[in-house]
Amino acid sequence: MSNPQTIHPIWLRLTHWINVIAVVILVMSGWRIYNASPIFSFQIPAGITLGGWLAGALLWHFAAMWILFINGIVYLLLNVFSGRIAYKFFPIRPTDVFHDFLAALRGKLAHADLRQYNALQKLAYLFVVLDLVVLVLSGLVIWKSVQFPLLRELMGGYDSARIVHFVCMALLVAFIVVHLVMVALVPRTLIAMLRGH
Amino acid sequence: MNRKSGKDKMDEPAIIQSVAQELDLPARRQFLRYAWTLGGIALLTGCRVDDSDSVESMLRMVSRFNDKVQAALFDPSRLAPTYPESMMTRPFPFNAYYDRNGIPDIDGDDFKLTVGGLVQDKHSWTLAELSQLPHSSQVTRLICVEGWSAIGKWGGVTFSTFLQRVGADTSAKYVGLKCADDYYTSIDMPTALHAQTLLTLSYDDQVLPAEYGYPLRLRMPTKLGFKNPKHVVEIFVTNDYPGGYWEDQGYNWFSGS
Repeated sequence: MSNPQTIHPIWLRLTHWINVIAVVILVMSGWRIYNASPIFSFQIPAGITLGGWLAGALLWHFAAMWILFINGIVYLLLNVFSGRIAYKFFPIRPTDVFHDFLAALRGKLAHADLRQYNALQKLAYLFVVLDLVVLVLSGLVIWKSVQFPLLRELMGGYDSARIVHFVCMALLVAFIVVHLVMVALVPRTLIAMLRGH
Repeated sequence: MNRKSGKDKMDEPAIIQSVAQELDLPARRQFLRYAWTLGGIALLTGCRVDDSDSVESMLRMVSRFNDKVQAALFDPSRLAPTYPESMMTRPFPFNAYYDRNGIPDIDGDDFKLTVGGLVQDKHSWTLAELSQLPHSSQVTRLICVEGWSAIGKWGGVTFSTFLQRVGADTSAKYVGLKCADDYYTSIDMPTALHAQTLLTLSYDDQVLPAEYGYPLRLRMPTKLGFKNPKHVVEIFVTNDYPGGYWEDQGYNWFSGS
């Protein structure tokens, strides 16, 4: 952050791209695991899943979870202790959210200064962080439902933890779709996330 | 890029122009380089490497690490939740690596349970002898590695009681189990000694039906379903990793819940 032009410090860019790798592996292998015993009346097309079969998908899932988990902890700690989370995300004023939402509908959402998040960005990024936290917690319940009784009860039991895990995955994928559309509309943001400014 | 002075006076078009200049050729070249790197990442995580041996062995290494993590997370005194009988799943699902036609037909009168390895008493047990040991029952949830779960009522002999009875070396690492249907698996000693690990002889207060593992199934609500072997014919205590039918094919060995 010594460089005044810096939009994203190096640690943020690194944790972002490591997270991308972990999320892609986890979502695609998770789809394969879902197919072994679908909780809804549909299956995920096998062609977009990872792992080849259930055992392979589980190996990928339980390896990538460490990347997501450790990287997520590093991200959160650096955000809190650098003060970034305070000045990047707060305050979020409801009036700003409303204003920016209307602007987005008109296709005029402000991205002039990439160093500042607009209210919708603040909300979306905080949401996805929270979503990932709930994904990890519900995943812990599915993986170790006996060893984490408190978490299990919080999730409403083993079976509902599976639903929570799936819904959070779906919300994460929805975020990614919107995120990618926004990046396509404002390509400078991709460059900023790669080289920092 | 000296912007020390005149910054405030700069109007918006000028800023846009300067940004546009900055984003010109070098940035594009750099972007292409990054794009190439992203392609590399895609290749790394994509299908090409999916079947390569090095990734496979790396994933299995992580799986062995996860065995250790799970052993550390396992609390011997923590009990799996139990449920009222009204919550039992009816019918309880049948699941095996074969269909119903493959269920072994076992004659209970001829049945002998072989006990071996690091135990003092290696005599084989008949069903009559087993049924004389103290009996208890539990209504617990069986969680399958596929994700589904089902609640059932299991009755039989607490496995730690049985291990004590045969003078098992409980400082050994593993208990191996072999089954009449050629299935086999193995568990860690702390799980073998867990209060809810049950050498099951009955299901829903009836003699254990063939589809659930007649005459003997080792039931552990702290392990995934495939770690609960049916039609058990041999139990042995060992320090040499015995593996398992699914485990040898890539499923995680500890598979605790």
